[in-house]
Amino acid sequence: MVKDILEKPESFYEIFERKSGSNKLTTHYCPGCGHGVIHKLIAEAMDEFGIGDRAVMISPVGCSVFAYYYFDCGNVQAPHGRAPAVATGIKRAIPDSIVISYQGDGDLAGIGGNEILHAANRGENITVFFVNNAIYGMTGSQMAPTTLIGQKTTTTPYGRSARNEGYPIKVCELLSSLEAPVYLERVAITDAKNVMKVRKAIRKGLQNQIEGKGFSLIEILSPCPTGWGMKPVDAKNWVDEVLMKTFQLGVFKDKTAEAAPEIIEQKEFTSDEILKILGASKNGSDFLYDKPEVKINYQNPRIKISGFGGQGILFLGQLLSQSAMRSGYYTTWLPSYGPEVRGGTANCHIIISNNRIGSPLGAETDVLIAMNLPSLDKFENDVRKDGLILVNSSLISRNVKRNDVEVLYVPATELADEVGNTKVANLVMLGAYTAKSKIFSHDCVLFTANETVKKKEFLKVNEEAFRKGMEYVLNNKHKKIKNTIL
Amino acid sequence: MGKLFLKGNEAVIRGAILAGCKAYYGYPITPASEITEAAAKYFPLVGGTFLQAESEVGAINMTYGTASTGQRVMTASSGPGLSLKQEGISYAAGSELPIVIVDIMRGGPGLGNIAPEQSDYNQMVKGGGHGNYKLIVLAPNCVQEMCNLTMLAFELADKYRNPAVILTDGFIGQMMEPVELPNPIENIPVKNWRVDGTVVTKKNLISSIYLDPDELEEHNIKLQTKYRKIEESEVRFEEIYTEDAEIILIGYGIVSRILQTVIEEARAEGIKAGLLRPISLFPFPKNKINQLADKAKLLFVCEMSNGQMVDDVRLALNGKKPVKFYGRMGGVVPTTQEILNKLRILNASLQNEDNFVDSLTDSYLKI
Ligand SMILES: Cc1ncc(C[n+]2csc(CCOP(=O)(O)OP(=O)(O)O)c2C)c(N)n1
Ligand code: SF4
Repeated sequence: MVKDILEKPESFYEIFERKSGSNKLTTHYCPGCGHGVIHKLIAEAMDEFGIGDRAVMISPVGCSVFAYYYFDCGNVQAPHGRAPAVATGIKRAIPDSIVISYQGDGDLAGIGGNEILHAANRGENITVFFVNNAIYGMTGSQMAPTTLIGQKTTTTPYGRSARNEGYPIKVCELLSSLEAPVYLERVAITDAKNVMKVRKAIRKGLQNQIEGKGFSLIEILSPCPTGWGMKPVDAKNWVDEVLMKTFQLGVFKDKTAEAAPEIIEQKEFTSDEILKILGASKNGSDFLYDKPEVKINYQNPRIKISGFGGQGILFLGQLLSQSAMRSGYYTTWLPSYGPEVRGGTANCHIIISNNRIGSPLGAETDVLIAMNLPSLDKFENDVRKDGLILVNSSLISRNVKRNDVEVLYVPATELADEVGNTKVANLVMLGAYTAKSKIFSHDCVLFTANETVKKKEFLKVNEEAFRKGMEYVLNNKHKKIKNTIL
Repeated sequence: MGKLFLKGNEAVIRGAILAGCKAYYGYPITPASEITEAAAKYFPLVGGTFLQAESEVGAINMTYGTASTGQRVMTASSGPGLSLKQEGISYAAGSELPIVIVDIMRGGPGLGNIAPEQSDYNQMVKGGGHGNYKLIVLAPNCVQEMCNLTMLAFELADKYRNPAVILTDGFIGQMMEPVELPNPIENIPVKNWRVDGTVVTKKNLISSIYLDPDELEEHNIKLQTKYRKIEESEVRFEEIYTEDAEIILIGYGIVSRILQTVIEEARAEGIKAGLLRPISLFPFPKNKINQLADKAKLLFVCEMSNGQMVDDVRLALNGKKPVKFYGRMGGVVPTTQEILNKLRILNASLQNEDNFVDSLTDSYLKI
């Protein structure tokens, strides 16, 4: 039998100091309310397992919002319906703690439907006590997701209609379709026999967590005499005779026997280890290359690179910026991002400067690298007077229309094909630009490319492509490459 | 130590881990997703927790849970996700939980777009959730600061037991710059208010409930006192060319970078312009703005919004000097040239003092 309410379990506070008002010996629940009984059964189970010191009780929003008045353990109060997420955050942080999410039906099945679904689906190693009283107690008897068809509440004054409000949600049945939960049972606070089952289920739910087995949820049908407008005895009978018809008692899932305990190792890392993991020494610019002498017209370039997706546009920009970084310049790289990239065009702005960089966009463009025709069409006019345009002449058949800029026509795609991979046209352009601007040393660019390229089998072809681009520019040096039709 | 070349969003996670952050909970959204992706990559490697939550609501509440245990924890998102997190943020403010939240702003309202905007200023700096609370808000304008200010956010959050926010835009999140990793923060103090399933903490309670109005008022007064202390001690800003400036330009995040370039070009033309960049948006550099206004003739605020921070500038000055505003919205990033043009007009009217106050109005918005 349930012990008298004054005989408090160890895991209950002797005096409820947190409770407001003068009566600090009894709970705030109405006479005949199931919450008080359930609290006591949980506290008794905590005593039996000796977990009071490790336990963290999460109070929901609902009549049990003040669960922390009573439980002599760590207490956290959660926003309405979010207790399973809060529980996740606690349990993940402190795997040794015993985390209890205590929730009503509005809290769990209404506003918090998503949080409970996903906590269950992840198989969080927590214990959820779900108190189903088919009504919103705290706010004054409004309809809950578990309210029965035809049941009158203050928001279903003519009775719940399936047509307007849908059907009562059966949480155990719903969650039982998930793989992860270990234990789901529905029990009821009615007669002594059923209360014994509640006690057993509560114990099992906690034991599963103690043993690291995973997610347990115990749904407890619970009388709410006040919400239902009944005397306590009648309320208990109503659970027995009416509520249980819709919400059948029983075990809906039990993988306790086969669930393997989860072992969580927690390791501490030293500062040096952390820095190393974060890449501090891996691809950092551990040593700098000298900045070469750069012609005034090519200094502090604001570069725009544009082409279609798959041409390695953004990557080319990153190589430029990283080479700049290794040569001791200030540099920024700004991509076009989002669906635009998926649509097939890509562009990025790079600034390389001797001075701290303001806008990463640049007021004008000093250098345009156009890898396809739409790019040239779009950006040709943004280039400043005496600026530089590199045209991938393999894919762009027309000439640059302006005659106040310097133009380099580089058959980048063809040269890339010559080294055996169309995709390295970007490196050809990198070689061409490096040779033309002499803004950083060849060694620096090659080192950067080698550091940055993930697949090592590309190293050689990258290097060849880069050299092709360089040589192309150097060998065409004698030609007048001011914008004349080639 | 060598520099890394990182995206702003990646630098945030480096900073978080260097600050001793133990857990990250997030939900993908452009242009903040790289933060969640970087967290997914690095947190498991340093023995931390990474979890992709079911929603931003889930993420902020997981953050709330981990913060309750006294561990450093963070979440990140962009506008629409922040709107969803507001309930949890209000709870964290009420329960005085030190959490770090990153908002990589994008265009709004509604789904808007993914281009950079600064329209979450009000929702992050003024509140956004329910109740009388304030968040500490820091506004990085470069990738290095994405790392360093994230670290600072953790320190301030702990120091004041208050949520702290990194508020920036899609450009700063997406752009790459060299970053030098600072040394990790060691010996993070243990919080005696924590609830972590141990005997010593079992009498503790994390809650924002104060049923009695007098008690809740007292709690609110305590919070307000804390915010005042933050205002006294934690103001951060940067100034460029302000000594002799007649026009003070004010902008944060990406806009401050654009303004820097504008000012460099304006100075070359002989326009005496200077930049004040608030680094902390709460606390707002009110006193500094007042000081600058003593000498300057005009303040010119630029934002990628309908004019949200400008309200704080006006409040700070209380009519002392004219404040002009220029804003772009919808993800349109103002060019250096267009702002420079506005600045030229303002400067010209300054030289012709009689009619300038009248001739310039807020129609500066998008002309
Ligand atoms: C976001 C939010 N919405 C609504 C409320 C108001 N509210 C408080 S308790 C509650 C219903 C609780 O019902 P239930 O979970 O069934 O618990 P019970 O009171 O019946 O034990 C509601 C709607 C709230 N506190 N927060
Ligand atoms: S309203 Fe119902 S659930 Fe709430 S305390 Fe009273 S009986 Fe219990």
